[in-house]
Amino acid sequence: MIVTRRHALRLGAAGAGGLLLSGCDALNDSATFKQGLAGVGRLHEVTQRAIIGDSLAREFTEADLSPVFKANGSLRVADPAYRALLAGGFAAWALRVDGLVHRPLDLPLSALQAMPQRTQITRHDCVEGWSAIGKWQGPELGAILAAAGLLPSARFVVFHCADKLEGKPFYESIDLIEAFHVQTILAWRMNDAPLTEPHGAPIRLRVERQLGYKQAKFIMRIELRESLAGLYGGQGGFWEDNRGYQWWAGI
Amino acid sequence: MSLDSGPSGPSAPAGGDLVRRHALATRLWHWTNALTILVMLMSGLMILNAHPRLYWGHYGSDHDAAWLVLAEMDDIAFPGWMTIPTDYSLADARLWHFAFAWVLVLAFSAYLIWGLARGHIARRLHITRVEWSPRHILHDIVEHAKLKLPTGAAALNYNVLQKFAYGGVLFVLIPVLIASGLAMSPALDAAWPWLVDLFGGRQSARSVHFIAAMALVLFFLVHMAMVLLAGPVNEVRSMLTGWYRLPRDKGEAP
Repeated sequence: MIVTRRHALRLGAAGAGGLLLSGCDALNDSATFKQGLAGVGRLHEVTQRAIIGDSLAREFTEADLSPVFKANGSLRVADPAYRALLAGGFAAWALRVDGLVHRPLDLPLSALQAMPQRTQITRHDCVEGWSAIGKWQGPELGAILAAAGLLPSARFVVFHCADKLEGKPFYESIDLIEAFHVQTILAWRMNDAPLTEPHGAPIRLRVERQLGYKQAKFIMRIELRESLAGLYGGQGGFWEDNRGYQWWAGI
Repeated sequence: MSLDSGPSGPSAPAGGDLVRRHALATRLWHWTNALTILVMLMSGLMILNAHPRLYWGHYGSDHDAAWLVLAEMDDIAFPGWMTIPTDYSLADARLWHFAFAWVLVLAFSAYLIWGLARGHIARRLHITRVEWSPRHILHDIVEHAKLKLPTGAAALNYNVLQKFAYGGVLFVLIPVLIASGLAMSPALDAAWPWLVDLFGGRQSARSVHFIAAMALVLFFLVHMAMVLLAGPVNEVRSMLTGWYRLPRDKGEAP
């Protein structure tokens, strides 16, 4: 009796250890299991949405600024059309706002600069783990969307960008709750200077309660959509499509 | 006989007796944790591979001073056998880590509520005045160093070092891991700025999260050593079935 029980214990322990070590990769390769993990993970989106409401991300002071704000993702845009715009100081550039809107817009940089501005010093959190604090200035995205007038079916704001990664156009998306949050701005100014190319000139998104991969750079066009399905990989962004990052980037 | 109700029957239990050692809730929580914490540790090391540097304060990246550099930026700090998944994937590691975080938090909360409401935790982990005395603690340390573990009726209750270890995990390490983990979420930081302030900034919270995880690894290693020294079959059986055979004195006849 004791021997068999002892035997069973040893077998069980060895089995559990082996199963865990070799089994995790097998589970990780199983689409069903990963969907399950992602499903449990989606609870974070629901829970965080309920908790955060319209709370504001912390705003810091000039004394808190990172000495060097790390640039990440695309640091240079190869597209010749973009390079010509950059060379001309983006005088010939205009932000296209279209999709499910009453009035499609083409907004030159001067128009964005003439709108009421918001300046905020916030912490940027990369999914990799690092953080940097920077000062951002630009018009609220909500004001631009209001100017275009959303159709009732509009649910997502998609940012189409000038850069390509791995040969694929970069894009990102947020929903209307984050889009109309007062700290969500299209920044054309960073640390009191016009946005440089590594940081996303002429404008980048600041959506302050989300991780860095949501902060789209080199924005050329904003498209209002009812669904993210059918757009590139259908997951709502380059990183979501190609790396498997979650669309909800609040964690 | 149940430890919760104290020894009963004609005589006090002695070495060799089978006694009820672990409540069902404790056993369920123990094995849930064994799996959950291993998965969270291994997926956590993969997440740390993405940026194997740690900082104090609100910010910190490649250009800032790190207090701990586990690997240069283009190198992998933790090899595949230590991580989930084996091959580099920050996205997949985050899926595992955040899914099992629910298990950790819900199981921890359930056990804490059950244990406090039933008085179980107070009975098993309360450190008495006598036990708090430096002499008593020193004596226990010396006994452990000599590998002399309690036998007979003395083994019915946890000794003070065990109470420190289990109480430390229950009331310090796991709560600190949960709180510092939540403090790394930019969304929750907006809702609960006090949470990240508790640690002095997001990068400090990340550092504390790592330190607490390493402390838990240290606990695990000592825990394994003690199980082996105390008799692995009896110990593992007690955590599976609840029944524990009180160790005999060296001189006692079997």
